[in-house]
Amino acid sequence: MSRKLLLSISFIVLLAVIAACQPAPTPGPTPTPQVAVTVVREVVEVTPTPGPVEGTILVDGSSTVAPITMAVAEEFQKLYPQVRVPVGISGTGGGFKKFCAGETDISNASRPIKKSEVEACAQNKMEYIELPVAFDGLAVMVNPANDFVTCLTVEELKKIWEPDAEGKITNWSQVRAGFPDRPLTLYGPGVDSGTFDYFTEAIVGKAQASRGDFLPSEDDNVLVQGIAGDPNALGFFGLAYYEENKDKLKLVAIDAGDGKCVYPTLETVVNGTYRPLSRPLFIYVNRARADEKDEIDLFVKYYLENAKTLVLDVGYIPLTDEIYSLAMQRYEKRIVGSVFKGGGPQVGVTLADLLKAEQ
Amino acid sequence: MTTDDGRRTTDHRPQTTNYGRQAVRAGWGVAPTFEPNLPRRKVMGMVWEGVALLAILLGIAMLLTLLVKVFVDGLPYLRPQLFTEFPSRFPDKAGLRSALQGSIWLMVMTALLSFPLGVGAGIYLEEFAPKNALTRFIEINVANLAGVPSIIYGLLGLGLFVRGLGLGRSLLAGVLTMTLVILPIIIVSTREALRAVPASIREAALALGASRWEMVRDHVLVYSMGGILTGMILALSRAIGETAPLITIGALTYIAFDLRGPLDIFTVLPIQIFNWVSMPQEAFHRLAAAGIIVLLALLLTMNALAIWLRNRLQKRW
Repeated sequence: MSRKLLLSISFIVLLAVIAACQPAPTPGPTPTPQVAVTVVREVVEVTPTPGPVEGTILVDGSSTVAPITMAVAEEFQKLYPQVRVPVGISGTGGGFKKFCAGETDISNASRPIKKSEVEACAQNKMEYIELPVAFDGLAVMVNPANDFVTCLTVEELKKIWEPDAEGKITNWSQVRAGFPDRPLTLYGPGVDSGTFDYFTEAIVGKAQASRGDFLPSEDDNVLVQGIAGDPNALGFFGLAYYEENKDKLKLVAIDAGDGKCVYPTLETVVNGTYRPLSRPLFIYVNRARADEKDEIDLFVKYYLENAKTLVLDVGYIPLTDEIYSLAMQRYEKRIVGSVFKGGGPQVGVTLADLLKAEQ
Repeated sequence: MTTDDGRRTTDHRPQTTNYGRQAVRAGWGVAPTFEPNLPRRKVMGMVWEGVALLAILLGIAMLLTLLVKVFVDGLPYLRPQLFTEFPSRFPDKAGLRSALQGSIWLMVMTALLSFPLGVGAGIYLEEFAPKNALTRFIEINVANLAGVPSIIYGLLGLGLFVRGLGLGRSLLAGVLTMTLVILPIIIVSTREALRAVPASIREAALALGASRWEMVRDHVLVYSMGGILTGMILALSRAIGETAPLITIGALTYIAFDLRGPLDIFTVLPIQIFNWVSMPQEAFHRLAAAGIIVLLALLLTMNALAIWLRNRLQKRW
């Protein structure tokens, strides 16, 4: 009896799942064409010329930049259904490894290419075009129950995060005279992330230089939970994650040393007043492939033309029109190499100046 | 032996101890002044029953919390679009069509490849291999391989299939890697199923003039097929939830087109779920919960299939 019951239950589950799976393997007619059309109309202002281009564009790299490239790929594939744009996530460094080995066509990067990576690409005689696509602000956050911190100076952040602070700066009262006597717990992204590279470069002065006794996580949502649940917490991660968790976190303004406390917002990141924790995000394009393959050429142009709206959709901050057009010129002139000359993450440079200088 | 020790010895005995037995034991000179202390022992029994019950309840409570949370979060997103749409930056339009295709293809191909290899190896080791140092060495290693972390297989797959054989980041490379992950499990379970067939069956077949292979094919394999298939599907259930080896060999995260064949690039359900969980927007976390429900349903279906096959194919000797 019970075996029969079990059998019939399992059979029902089987049927349900088979029924549920059915639509997936059979492509059939496009399910919601109206929606697709309206979205394309919203985003695309360039004259859509869906031609016979086809092919696959392999993109890999930073998890920070991936949502932007995924958004661009999503819209691009609606316009050119014959072109397939898969996006992988293996980190900025992992992405460059594959990119310089010629395994990918475009690499997402949350920091400029490093010297070692420049050399790896040079060894394979690989030329690449570096294109900025968006800004990302790094937000410094405390628990909402923390009522004494509203603004921290870069000096104070350095005092907290520098390697020498390990085991020594463990109390809020050590950060600034007047802060209460409460333990200080630190949260940050994992040491392999571009975000960690950039933060340490901007605050401590040297990429990767940091104390080791903080709670790291590769998953920013874990950091959100950590800071939201710990009244003594201080942590940092990408602005997009703060925007989605405003009610659980308290944003800290940053004073770059001029006495002005600035919160990261769309305006302050774009106009450069939120210093030094705003950074540009990049894509790197394999030059030879862009020359050879029309679909890659079209994709890169589409990327730069539409990044402005798509970047906002996924919670990042668009570059200025000027920088987008400078980037477009850079791409069209096929200016290869990095404006940062392999220096890795750099702080306090304006992209517009760098790009203009080489035009 | 002291009285104290004597009492401890009797405490080990089953509860059927009575005065008659005690008297006998007293005759042995073990526990001259035995006190049964029945109430205390009954309390102890109840305490331990409670502790054991707590242990199982804790596990079940955890599982229930998890399931309830996943279902509460995911049910609203468990709608047709989840199966027909590709991933999207808008949670309302996003689906796991490409991931579901990848997972189903991966499962089917892995099953087709690992079944003959795993069962064949199991049959050889159990029925044909001479019992010598070499086979013992192989046996120990197969058993150990079943416990090796799957990411190690991922690294092996990256070196051997992706780069060595030049398969690239293709579904086929994923299938071969996943086959390596589950082969030891299939071999071990096949051998156990074969071992459960009594030797008398083999002897009877051989006595009637069957060759060794005829004996295996017509008798041993038939009787053990239920067990072999159960092990096979449990191994596949493990494979369907694996992410690490596939990420290592370069399975992609965002794919918005249909899978074209074994040499095409691919993604699978656990990778898509992981990607959604790590997004900042709450809606994507709910979408991930819906994805978990789909994965669970797939898993339960496979287990149900295992039970059904076992009941159908089990032949009594």
